[in-house]
Amino acid sequence: MSRLHAPLLAGARASLPLLLGLVPFGLVAGVAAVDAGLSPFQAVGLSVVVFAGASQLAVVDLLGRDASLAVVVLTATIINLRMSMYSASIAPHFADFRRRWRILCAYLLTDMSYALAIAEFTDGGERSGDGDTSDTDSDDPTVDSADPTHRRGYYLGAAVAMWLVWQAATVVGVVVGARIPDRWGVGFAVPLVFLALLVPDLTDRPRVLAALVGGSVAVAGAGWPLNLGLVGGALAGVVAGVVADGRVNA
Amino acid sequence: MTTTYGPSSVWVVVLAVGFLTFCIRYSFVYLFGRIDGMPPRIEAALRYVPAAVLAALVAPAVVDPGPTVSATLADDRLVAGLVAAAVAWYTEDVFATIGVGMAALWLAGAVL
Repeated sequence: MSRLHAPLLAGARASLPLLLGLVPFGLVAGVAAVDAGLSPFQAVGLSVVVFAGASQLAVVDLLGRDASLAVVVLTATIINLRMSMYSASIAPHFADFRRRWRILCAYLLTDMSYALAIAEFTDGGERSGDGDTSDTDSDDPTVDSADPTHRRGYYLGAAVAMWLVWQAATVVGVVVGARIPDRWGVGFAVPLVFLALLVPDLTDRPRVLAALVGGSVAVAGAGWPLNLGLVGGALAGVVAGVVADGRVNA
Repeated sequence: MTTTYGPSSVWVVVLAVGFLTFCIRYSFVYLFGRIDGMPPRIEAALRYVPAAVLAALVAPAVVDPGPTVSATLADDRLVAGLVAAAVAWYTEDVFATIGVGMAALWLAGAVL
């Protein structure tokens, strides 16, 4: 029992604070979809099939403005390109799962599930023994990330909790349909969640630089088409971190 | 702002975005079994992905460049964001960060 349930519960518990930030975002996604003329079934279908908030909001916004279908698809896909970085980063930790689990875990990969899982798996930012990639084996008894069953359970516990809350919040948003007054600014809870994840990650100078450059480029590119400010900021930040890392170690 | 596209067009968009997004998510998870480990350079770069991406997601939501420096700095969202960042730094607690950040946003909106 504990072998499967303990990591599931640990993951779900760890995701609890993030779920709070998910609720207003999901409500907004549901309300916006109905506002744009999607049927309730389509609005919930979008949430289930795509399961990525920012791109869902882009889809309904562009559909509402009758943008060409190719632009709608392209924009939403570009917004989600950052997930390829998550996929590459987390791939070693999924490598020894069975394929059906890898597919399920990939479908559930989001900003939040990635951030939470990678923090747990790498424990302090450095890769600890998962067999394939590590050069030193971690023998810290408190970290069980070397155990694939634990890793899978922890990830699914967190990611499935996020999926359920996201779908429930979307459904409520669709059903209620009534817009929360703009002046409450509840959408601001979303960047606050990202901020709460970002700050503890700033553990060394290259990471701080990566964040400063990434944030600056994203602000400068806020008006760029196709959400290229976000993608460009992320890439510029990674480059800045690598360059700074090279300087420090040179 | 209601779409004039019919149900089938909407479903095509939903399925296309969903399929492409899944391909992005699964890409390296799929490839990892076929390539023998991650090249060290990529591995090193990936260390900076969370900081870079999270900052790129946060910054435009908090910083709204105004006509003057003081107008930019006095923005409700930037003030609330800085307060929330301080709370995140000292508590590393998401609940506290959201709670104080939202309170700061409302307070700044009332004061500024």
